[in-house]
Amino acid sequence: MTRVLLVGETENGSLSEITGELVAASAKATAPGAEVSVVLLGRDVSTAVERARVLGVSRVYSIEHASLDGGGTGGFDAPVAALTALCKEIEPRVILFGRTDFGANVGPRLAFRLDAAFAQDCIDLALDAGSGRIAVTRPVHGGNALAVLRFGDRDPQIVSIRPKVFEPVQPSTEPAEVVIFDASGAMTDLKARLIETVGEERVGIRLEEAEVVVGGGRGLGGSEPFEKLRALAQALNGAVGASRAACDAGWIDHSHQIGLTGKSISPRLYITFGISGASQHMAGCSGAKSIVAINKDADANIFKEARFGVIGDWEKVCSGFLATVQELTGG
Amino acid sequence: MAVRIAVCVKQVPDPDTPTSAFKVDGATNRVVPAPGTPPVVNGFDLNATEAALRVKDAALRPFDPDPVPRIPLPRNRVGTQDNAGGDDVRVTILAVGDSFVTDVIKKPLSMGADELVLVEDESLADLDAAATARVLSKAIRHQGPFDLILCGRQASDWDQAQVPLGIAEMLGLPCLTLARRVEVVDGTVRVERALTGGYQVVEAPLPAVVTVSNELGEARYPTLRGIMAATRKSPTKLSVSDLGLSADDLVPSLKLERLFVPELELSCELIEGDNDVDAGRRLALRLREESLI
Repeated sequence: MTRVLLVGETENGSLSEITGELVAASAKATAPGAEVSVVLLGRDVSTAVERARVLGVSRVYSIEHASLDGGGTGGFDAPVAALTALCKEIEPRVILFGRTDFGANVGPRLAFRLDAAFAQDCIDLALDAGSGRIAVTRPVHGGNALAVLRFGDRDPQIVSIRPKVFEPVQPSTEPAEVVIFDASGAMTDLKARLIETVGEERVGIRLEEAEVVVGGGRGLGGSEPFEKLRALAQALNGAVGASRAACDAGWIDHSHQIGLTGKSISPRLYITFGISGASQHMAGCSGAKSIVAINKDADANIFKEARFGVIGDWEKVCSGFLATVQELTGG
Repeated sequence: MAVRIAVCVKQVPDPDTPTSAFKVDGATNRVVPAPGTPPVVNGFDLNATEAALRVKDAALRPFDPDPVPRIPLPRNRVGTQDNAGGDDVRVTILAVGDSFVTDVIKKPLSMGADELVLVEDESLADLDAAATARVLSKAIRHQGPFDLILCGRQASDWDQAQVPLGIAEMLGLPCLTLARRVEVVDGTVRVERALTGGYQVVEAPLPAVVTVSNELGEARYPTLRGIMAATRKSPTKLSVSDLGLSADDLVPSLKLERLFVPELELSCELIEGDNDVDAGRRLALRLREESLI
């Protein structure tokens, strides 16, 4: 029976959404009847384990250790060591991670330790039933191209899945069995040390978590126009983002930058003003469900990726748009 | 304390290439270089170079809240002509590839790095992340010992964020990722790790691998003096066989079956109005109709 291991995640003790997404993704990587397990790591994962048990998997491995506190953040030495120990014992053929801060760091290191291949940030999976080999699809070159890659003969095949691509599965009624795995023997020689975690409070809604993002680019021409975008973002209960060109020009702080060298957003709605849509920028908003483009250049690339567009002067379009939004929302 | 830093850099297609100029040759599954757009050093790798140079600057000018005139450090202590300061920190740039553009790959030198080591070989054209990590860790061993290995957090072409972790695993070193600040103190590297909504302070004993994120800040512009110094420096060239590697070590662990430019299924619905203000109004109404606002 094929063994599939899904490396779930927790946040402040509760189960993260990505875990359900991994269960959904695993359906594409396995033949029917495959044995799918979830592993959770932390100082205390009891609450999350109960949630993971009803995700329709056959087993949940619980690995608890003080060094795994907060998922073993810092250098991630502890989760890499714990997962290596587990994989050596249960020998999974397929391992799925989320492409989160945790999965993107732990996944490749586990692969190197197990002398296995690893595919990062995949948006689709397909199983060749005959060979048992997985083909993955992943965006490359800032989303300009897609690459389809197939694993070679060696197991395990290790993949990280882009978050929010797969719909998380709904809880089933039959709870999976729980297996406590003791990884304390592996917790030696942990070199990286977490000294402290510092939260930086920001006023307003966080860009990465916003449901609506209003973005401005080179076309805005200065810092003052961003005030208009802020007003619009406020009316829509959203956050303000910007292209690299606008940040480099000093019109808005780099913390607002969306793109390959900035933040990745995945809002329900992304409204762009004066953004041309260079791949560098589009790489950061590929998770947006609907893009709206306002640009005076009808040939701008952004229109190719937008669902709605207005070709025109951003300032005038914005004023008509904002006034109507305020009427509609009673603001 | 003398510190030797290796910075791993990659030559990549310019990510600011207009989308319309981006082409893939379906027969070879390779990107066709856009005419008139030279490659660049991966942006995050320039951030990593900047981090190395800041460590060097810090060694030259220790933090002093009450600065007094200091006796200049003697020049040329380690015998390098351009090493006018920060003599105790030496920055080596390492790159692996099939064909380098000299002016491009020398950019970290013109920013102030001390030397450039290129592993250049035709057989390195389609290297995947695991093989790249293998070649780089061999090169690091060959040119070392190094105290600190800095890499960009990911490359803008294949976006894998995998090579630095592979180097760390192959060399048995700790790896701290997404640094926005890097300090070397008493045989330890201390890093501020950029997170969503904050940061973590993490540290590891040297030698260690650290990946650098753009939050560290812009890479410095090369000075005229730096550019001239870089012109005079010849890169050290290594071949695959110099590193004791064979063709088997370079085989990709995943087979690239297809590389293609996706057809976009979305077609943009253009909203028009009597004028731009009216178009904005109609856009809002249309989005409301779709329950998007």
